[in-house]
Amino acid sequence: MEHTAIHTADHAAEARKEIWKITGILTVLTIVELGLGFYMMNVPLDEHSKRSFIKGVIIILMISKAFYIIAYFMHMKYEVKNLIMTTAVPLTIFIWFIIAFLYEGNSYKNLRNTYDGHFRDRKEIMAPVREKEAVKEIKAEQKPAE
Amino acid sequence: MSTTTIAPSAKLWGGGKSPFNVEYGKLMMWYFLMSDAFTFGAFLISYGTIRFSSVGWPDPNKVFKSYPFAGESANAPLVFVSIMTFILIISSVTMVMAVQAGQQMRKQAVVLNLVLTIIGGIAFLSCQAWEWNHLFSEGAWWGRNPFPNADGTIASTNFTNYFFTITGFHGFHVFSGVIINIVMLIMTLTDQFEKRGHYLMIEKAGLYWHFVDLVWVFVFTCFYLI
Repeated sequence: MEHTAIHTADHAAEARKEIWKITGILTVLTIVELGLGFYMMNVPLDEHSKRSFIKGVIIILMISKAFYIIAYFMHMKYEVKNLIMTTAVPLTIFIWFIIAFLYEGNSYKNLRNTYDGHFRDRKEIMAPVREKEAVKEIKAEQKPAE
Repeated sequence: MSTTTIAPSAKLWGGGKSPFNVEYGKLMMWYFLMSDAFTFGAFLISYGTIRFSSVGWPDPNKVFKSYPFAGESANAPLVFVSIMTFILIISSVTMVMAVQAGQQMRKQAVVLNLVLTIIGGIAFLSCQAWEWNHLFSEGAWWGRNPFPNADGTIASTNFTNYFFTITGFHGFHVFSGVIINIVMLIMTLTDQFEKRGHYLMIEKAGLYWHFVDLVWVFVFTCFYLI
């Protein structure tokens, strides 16, 4: 009896330690993600490959965060294998789902760029400058004159 | 002569006992969450498809750059949303602690951690309400998009439509999660779980709450970071 009590106390302490460890990992991953986000603000829009690479790294970090939440917070790692399989296997359809639909979206853009004159012209139309920003710019221009 | 009993494999079902080693309600919660993951997944993939089929897209750093009590000239991209993210992570941590306290039948600790989780959920919802209100005051809503594409060209309304639909759907999940947690708190305070002899219900509510946090990981990345 005494032995069991000690054992559960040990187990509880261990479980608590694990929570804090996972919290730390999630925090670090989020901070790295935010760091990459801040870094990407200064990468020019036309450097496609560099921006895509950073986005890829952010997506890998996102998936690892999801893994830690599911495995430890939702306790999936400690469930029997059958339960893991009945939820994980159906979700693998997302691999096809994501690749197929993003490919299709990209293909639709290329087709419209080639054959749709209106779509082609639209990307040349500049958005009107917004009122608030325009006022701000005018003020900034007027300041040195004063 | 000793009778040999074939020990059922711990990893795979050998028949004779529950294959999943969890109670019915928890198993069904997993399947519900799986179906919900498909719903959110379909929303996000739809967003990705439309984004891939557009030549331009608004820069999130120029759209989400304000925070409460800031003036017109606030320029702090990612700051407010990272606070929202950390609120949700911390509320997830307190939820795990409520579940663990429940397994050890420590009622006081369950109550404390549930209250903290509810506060976290309400804080997140308040942040989202502020952000929606702010974007609305800038002229953004379903069918209205005042933000130009990143290269300054005119944008379609896809950006705001997807943003409000997906964060709204997630926010509704947070809202129902808070309601579920409040119900759990009332049931704990009225000793319902003590009478039953277990806090398994809290574990199911916990799964739902972690799922809400999990979805935010994806929504946050897809809308604010990339």
